[in-house]
Amino acid sequence: MRRRDFLGAAAGAVAFGSTPAKAFFSDTTAATPPLPPGILSGANSQLGHRLRSPKFPPPTQTKRVAVAIVGAGIGGLSAAWKLTRAGCNDFMLLDLEHEPGGNSRSGQNEVSRYPLGAHYLPLPPVEASATRELLAELGVLRGNIHAAHPSYDEKYLCHAPQERLFIDGFWQEGLWPAHGRASVERAQISRFQQHISTLRARRDASGRRAFALPLALSSADASLRALDKMTFSDWLKQQDYSAAGLQWMCDYACRDDFGTSAAQTSAWAGLHYFSSRDSEGQVLTAPEGNAWLTQGLARTAVAQTQTDALVYHVEQNAKEIVCDVFLGKENRSIRVIAKELIWAAPLFLIPHVFQSPPAAWLAASKSIAYAPWVVANLTLSEPLLRSTGSSLAWDNVLYDSPSLGYVVATHQQLRYAPAPTVITWYRALHEESAFSHKSTASHQHQLAKSPSKLLQSREVWAEEILSDLSRPHPEIRELVTRLDVHRYGHAMIRPLPGWLWGGARTVFERGHIVGKSAIHFAHADVSGMSLFEEANYRGVLAAQRVLKRLGVSFSRSL
Amino acid sequence: MPTNAPPALRAAMQRPLLASVFIVASCGLAYELIAGAMASYLLGDSVMQFSTVIGAYLFAMGIGSWLSKFVEGNLLVRFIQIELLVGLLGGLSAGLLFLIFTLHSGPFQFALYALVLLIGILVGLEIPLIMRVLKREVAFKDLVAQVLSVDYIGALAVSLLFPLVLAPQLGLVRSALLFGLLNALVAVWALWLFRAQIGVQNLLRAQSLTVIVLLLAGFAYAGKFVSLAEANLYAEDIVHAESSAYQRIVVTRWRDEIRLYLNNNLQFSSRDEYRYHEALVHPALAALPGARRVLVLGGGDGMAVREILKYPQIESVTLVDLDPRMTTLFAQSDLLRQLNQNSLSSPKVKIVNADALKWLEASSEMFDFVVVDFPDPSNHSLGKLYSTAFYRLLKQHVAQTGLVVVQATSPMYARASFWTVVTTLETAGWQATPYHALVPSFGEWGYIIASQHDYHAPLAIDVSTRFVAADTLPALFHFPKDMARVETEANRLDNQILVRLFEREWGRVQVH
Repeated sequence: MRRRDFLGAAAGAVAFGSTPAKAFFSDTTAATPPLPPGILSGANSQLGHRLRSPKFPPPTQTKRVAVAIVGAGIGGLSAAWKLTRAGCNDFMLLDLEHEPGGNSRSGQNEVSRYPLGAHYLPLPPVEASATRELLAELGVLRGNIHAAHPSYDEKYLCHAPQERLFIDGFWQEGLWPAHGRASVERAQISRFQQHISTLRARRDASGRRAFALPLALSSADASLRALDKMTFSDWLKQQDYSAAGLQWMCDYACRDDFGTSAAQTSAWAGLHYFSSRDSEGQVLTAPEGNAWLTQGLARTAVAQTQTDALVYHVEQNAKEIVCDVFLGKENRSIRVIAKELIWAAPLFLIPHVFQSPPAAWLAASKSIAYAPWVVANLTLSEPLLRSTGSSLAWDNVLYDSPSLGYVVATHQQLRYAPAPTVITWYRALHEESAFSHKSTASHQHQLAKSPSKLLQSREVWAEEILSDLSRPHPEIRELVTRLDVHRYGHAMIRPLPGWLWGGARTVFERGHIVGKSAIHFAHADVSGMSLFEEANYRGVLAAQRVLKRLGVSFSRSL
Repeated sequence: MPTNAPPALRAAMQRPLLASVFIVASCGLAYELIAGAMASYLLGDSVMQFSTVIGAYLFAMGIGSWLSKFVEGNLLVRFIQIELLVGLLGGLSAGLLFLIFTLHSGPFQFALYALVLLIGILVGLEIPLIMRVLKREVAFKDLVAQVLSVDYIGALAVSLLFPLVLAPQLGLVRSALLFGLLNALVAVWALWLFRAQIGVQNLLRAQSLTVIVLLLAGFAYAGKFVSLAEANLYAEDIVHAESSAYQRIVVTRWRDEIRLYLNNNLQFSSRDEYRYHEALVHPALAALPGARRVLVLGGGDGMAVREILKYPQIESVTLVDLDPRMTTLFAQSDLLRQLNQNSLSSPKVKIVNADALKWLEASSEMFDFVVVDFPDPSNHSLGKLYSTAFYRLLKQHVAQTGLVVVQATSPMYARASFWTVVTTLETAGWQATPYHALVPSFGEWGYIIASQHDYHAPLAIDVSTRFVAADTLPALFHFPKDMARVETEANRLDNQILVRLFEREWGRVQVH
């Protein structure tokens, strides 16, 4: 081995001193460069976790509105959007973060804007009519919003090459593992894809898709619903899908969309990922991820939005709903009294916030599990152009890695010269306890035994991220000028078997009417899958119900 | 070595043998470095070339070591013969590779790896043989320690000497010959040293002499050979070469012909560039008597600007080229200023060094005539400059009555690529009028005029030209059967079909 190392170093020295060669051989010749600067940020857990032992100053002011919306993620923003579009402006939109957007917020530095979370929207199927209406309003979808394949603004359609996979030391085009795979394995992948096309085309007697997006519009066929009783892994086993590459792709899909491994995900959810869209993987994206969608929604309700606002107590009576809200920045509380409440915050908060909620809510909310996520933004002095195999794509996925790879923020920029860039690295903590949001004794005990990766320092994360990325890009450490880590404790609901069609979540779908007041739930948790289209659907649906109850006329989006 | 040799003699020979290990090890590493350097010099991508050459070489050495067990008979004679063979092959390796590359680039990689494997196998044989010769004299633990440490020291010496002294002073071809000679001298030395053991070997002497004469001759003629081979490669003198942040710029001259290469791709030859640039500018600009403001995208050589400045009514030309090294070179070099008639120093010309896409997005300027003269769409970044998005963006900068001309690769060699650009312009809402001209250095070349109204070819071209004339202009707009339109999709940012098409079509041309 010594001779080999030696030769490597010698060759490096004669490779004309170019930076690539230096970077390439740096593993054997130079010490590891120090970690780049950066920050550790994330969801406002400090304010949020005050709900665990609620001691808040009593409200000093009372505001009356027709509608209170709690949570300014996609669900809450979509509800606000629908209300304002119908001319109803008498509402308040409350969120505990510093700015609206939930998982779809963005950051910006001198190089580019970049996502802090959700970063793409697959071309929505015709069933996602509210999402299509929004895209048309933003000028991105052109023509008839009910067309099978409407046209989209080139600026937002992901530019080619869209995705590549690093496998066996080689970047292959596309994500389905093909490079160096045996023909048996490829044959199995084609069989799976054939299977998926059949499921995609399948319609029941009333014309409903087997797997629709929003999922509420899916077929109620018992044989399909039964898929929610098993895990996706078990379904693959049952169908004799044993090829490693195929199993990887299915697991990757579940980690990507649900932050959960295929071994934990409901088979119905896993198949929904592949079968609910017709767009052949085309997506809309922007340097800032999905923040352009968030901002498109949020601009309609700027005056009604109150950030740094933690709703810590909700009480419903026959006349109205009383919400006590702690304003973090002002360190005081206010009381918001509304006729209608749209709850667009995660459902696990219900036991902490609602005054004597119905037992069914408590039971259901306790069975919800969440996946934590870590997202990192790496600013690079030059793009990662050097690679074996296909050229740098927007989405760059690593086989054999717990991470989901990275996306390139500047990919959608209309530029052709190589320039500094920002890449965003994603990692769902799919392996962490599915119920880690609960502060139970057993959970504390488990934390002490194996501390959550969520609690790791930025430095530990930075090392982990750089070593993950240095496999395909040995030069990465030389190029990173900044590395920010962003973490989310309860990033997304896990569609564990039973949650989607086991009946528990129907209490949230229905909402709760007491006399003249009503509570509506509008979070993606109600659907059981943390997808833009689901949150948007829930928000718009809740807003339509509210508008109807308030007697405001509106044109239906759904 | 016969076991009956007196112990004193054995001790005396041990040192020379170890010395030869040192030389053999040095030579072994040298050939590997030379092959790697040669490959990265001629093929580019040094990391790739070095690592594959080193890998192949180490692998071949492994084969050699394994094969050594089959070497029987007089080990000293075998060792001497192997030395001679390594010396000959290794010594001539760089020259051979250079020659093969300049004759035809096709079999170069094959020759490279064949040579690397062959030399590697021979070098792999050396050390095991020496160890077998010495093992009868020295205890095994000392033997391994001595031979391997000398082996590594030899390698160290060359790894420092090669990049610091030999490669810069002697060049690759002579360095290889030098190491070849060293190998041959080891053989001769051994022949003399062990004359008692192996007796008089006339054949071996003759072989040694031949190898040494060949290598010496190579050394004497290396200079001539390299310039001959390099002349074969470029067939011209390099008058300027530099690497900017974006590309490798090489200007060559042969007699009165000047050529520009960017990243080894010919951009123009002074013999016929007037055809290319006249055809680029005049069909559109002669049809725009009212044109005042012109934009040139790409074209940092100033040749298109030269043609544009022939029209006295032009008030301003904005040249947007990414690479400041290009525009500086063509504004300052006397030789090149003669070619572009000092166009880049005209007070009417404003030079902007920027990414054309970025610049167009930020600018609100309007132009009467735009020349789009970008490199061919050979990768995804350049492909963006041929997309519907780009042509839509361009539309915001062209007057209603204005014209755009786009260089669009060869309708002959890359027929589908050319017509894809036409379709792309049409999809972006332009009227496209394609035409072509013969530029001998490039072959049949394609252009497209984009307009927002019907384009009519000018009835007269009032400026001085050598190629384009009003009466022959209509022929340029006629496409013979082998270049006629083919149906294609538009090149959009989300499909980038042009890059793939272009790669396929030009790949086919280069195979021939």
